[in-house]
Amino acid sequence: MKQSFAQAFMYSPNSGSASIKEEYTITVYTENHIGLLTRISIIFSRRKINIESLNTSPSEIPGIHRFNIVIHETEDVVKKLVRQIEKQVEVLKAYYNTNDEIIWQEMALYKVPTSEIAAKAKVERLLRQYGARAVVIRNDYTVFETTGHREETDQLIEVLAPFGLIEFVRSARVAIIKASAGFHEKLREFEQAEPGEEVIENEYLDKQQEVFSM
Amino acid sequence: MEVATAPATANTTQPIMNITGSEVVIRSLLAEGASTVFGYPGGAIMPIYDALYDFNDQLQHILVRHEQGAIHAAQGFARTSGKTGVVFATSGPGATNLVTGLADAMIDSTPVVCITGQVFAHLLGTDAFQETDVINITAPVTKWNYQVTDASEISEVIAKAFYIAGSGRPGPVLVDITKNAQVQKIDFAGHTPCKHIRSYRPKPQVRSEFVEAAAKLINEAERPYILFGQGVILGNAEAEFKAFVEKSGIPAAWTLLGLSALPTNHPLNVGMLGMHGNYGPNVLTNECDVLIAIGMRFDDRVTGRLDKYAKQAKIIHLDIDPAEIDKNVKATVPVWGDCKETLPLLTNLVAQKQHTAWVQRFRDMAEEEHKVVIQDECNPQSGEMTMGEVINLLNKLTNGNAVIVTDVGQHQMVACRYATFNQSRSNVTSGGLGTMGFALPAAIGAKYGAPNRPVVAVIGDGGFQMTIQELGTIMQFGADVKIIILNNNFLGMVRQWQELFLEKRYSFVDITSPDFVQVAKGYYIDGQRITDRSNLETGLQTMLNHKGSYLLEVMVAKENNVFPMVPQGCGVAEIRLK
Repeated sequence: MKQSFAQAFMYSPNSGSASIKEEYTITVYTENHIGLLTRISIIFSRRKINIESLNTSPSEIPGIHRFNIVIHETEDVVKKLVRQIEKQVEVLKAYYNTNDEIIWQEMALYKVPTSEIAAKAKVERLLRQYGARAVVIRNDYTVFETTGHREETDQLIEVLAPFGLIEFVRSARVAIIKASAGFHEKLREFEQAEPGEEVIENEYLDKQQEVFSM
Repeated sequence: MEVATAPATANTTQPIMNITGSEVVIRSLLAEGASTVFGYPGGAIMPIYDALYDFNDQLQHILVRHEQGAIHAAQGFARTSGKTGVVFATSGPGATNLVTGLADAMIDSTPVVCITGQVFAHLLGTDAFQETDVINITAPVTKWNYQVTDASEISEVIAKAFYIAGSGRPGPVLVDITKNAQVQKIDFAGHTPCKHIRSYRPKPQVRSEFVEAAAKLINEAERPYILFGQGVILGNAEAEFKAFVEKSGIPAAWTLLGLSALPTNHPLNVGMLGMHGNYGPNVLTNECDVLIAIGMRFDDRVTGRLDKYAKQAKIIHLDIDPAEIDKNVKATVPVWGDCKETLPLLTNLVAQKQHTAWVQRFRDMAEEEHKVVIQDECNPQSGEMTMGEVINLLNKLTNGNAVIVTDVGQHQMVACRYATFNQSRSNVTSGGLGTMGFALPAAIGAKYGAPNRPVVAVIGDGGFQMTIQELGTIMQFGADVKIIILNNNFLGMVRQWQELFLEKRYSFVDITSPDFVQVAKGYYIDGQRITDRSNLETGLQTMLNHKGSYLLEVMVAKENNVFPMVPQGCGVAEIRLK
């Protein structure tokens, strides 16, 4: 039995399915559990998949958290990832959607020198054109805020850059599923039927001096 | 060996005032029915060991020689007993030494609960002595883990740990307990086992429309074929499985971990799947028209190249873990659920049949395999001794009643191919992770898990040296484990690959060994080396008759290869007999 090195060790993926990579938004409802963020994120890093955007925050129901994770992958891969996520003990439910199936927004903050803006730019026009609003106006700087898709918030960076953009920050994507009829009601019933447990945090970190230990 | 089999204690224990968290740990373990703990003490778990001191008559503790030995022993215990194995280890290096065993238990779905000590809660993150971030290190290799920083959490968390480890698709769980929680005094209300966690669904709901669709496919099939895995054993569904096989008359082949779920001599048991599996089971995978996979996960060592795997067949996949459906092989009909529930439903709906001509195909190919491979491997008349003949004689002397624990490599494939089994939970091996060094500690645990059965560990000369220190555990606690070392003076499986695929460039596979018999004697364990075929049978008989542990080193041919073999990158039908 003779085989070349390449034959023995290389797998030639001729079987490659025709699936195409695109942007998927994964929505995950979870318990509020310390360490769960790691458990979810390592499902991606184990497969060397880059997370484009990740938002995690309490949902509208106390005790239940909601993740929005954006990745660029094929549907086959996304489907398997979602099943692995759902397998975690503290995960209540996970879904995936294409961009067609969701409404999403990102929020961005722009900090610009007030003097520059006032002198050179027609602030009025900027605000109207980009749907932005001024959050803070001080003598030294002004902070604008806008929400929209990535392209929209990117555009405003370009516009503001000539006026000396000082700092910029963008949030992760938050997305709502177009076909999510009854989600809120189901969550509320779920929580009412069996309230979640309280998170127990480390209460001892600031008590170093009071405790004898070895 | 006297083993305390703990009585199944009442569901809740009585309240006790003002006791330490450590005592709560012990009382909770007892309430969960734990009888044996494998462990190793250290600074951060000392309070728990102190509490254990008062319970030694109820909770047997086996002091291993390395924490890896503790977790492999707990795995062996779980595999033979069907109960959850329990491990104690200290913080830092004690905990990190568990990682290999956790990964092994994770991929082989073995229920294990590890309790690790941790530094005081106020020292977390300060790089304290023997502090390590155990929760994050073990996250990818545990089904669940949790850090306890307050004694009031202990009982409930241990209840959850046992529930999660043992339910659904089982797996390892780690509970990390900071030292302050261990010494903290609380009023203990009693231990209540966990029966439900709101975010956790151990078993998917059985959907009858899929069971019906599966039955329809099976009834219409001309060449149906069953592949069964450890799911049958983990679901305690051996009887349900046998009933299904016998009514449907479908030939059934096993994965490495499914071995012993159906007796070897069952007329419809057609053998082993995969890279070193049997000839017929591999080739005919690509000729069946309906493939029924039960409690198995289409590992790459089973499927070979996926684009050449059973492309002609309709696939029915029964599994308790929804993430396994469509993971590697797309199912035509998925049957989610515990096979203990789904198999009887399916058996009800399938027609009583005999697939005589189809089964005969397997027999014909088995005959061919016997002529080309098995005859010389198991009954050589001259030349050097072979691994196969050792297993063959062992079968004869134990009548297939022994628990056989194997390590990883050539001897593992040979032992699993040729060992005969009459009952389930008899084959203990490291399948998914392929952990060398698994067998010796796992055999110790297997004996505590099945104290009334003979336990034989079959180990290679390489793997034995990886956890050789556990001979000390046998010495101290007297586990009656028979050890067969199949010594070919090589790291045989890697050597085989180097011979076949790398032009015999034997890069660091030539391993020298100590005098194993003398090493065993140093641990007060009897043994002998067999260098000649004429002494082999008496040697094996001496080993089996010996009271207590015994080591038999058998010098086998240096450069034998395991065949058949599906070369990596090939389809299962391209299996080679030589």
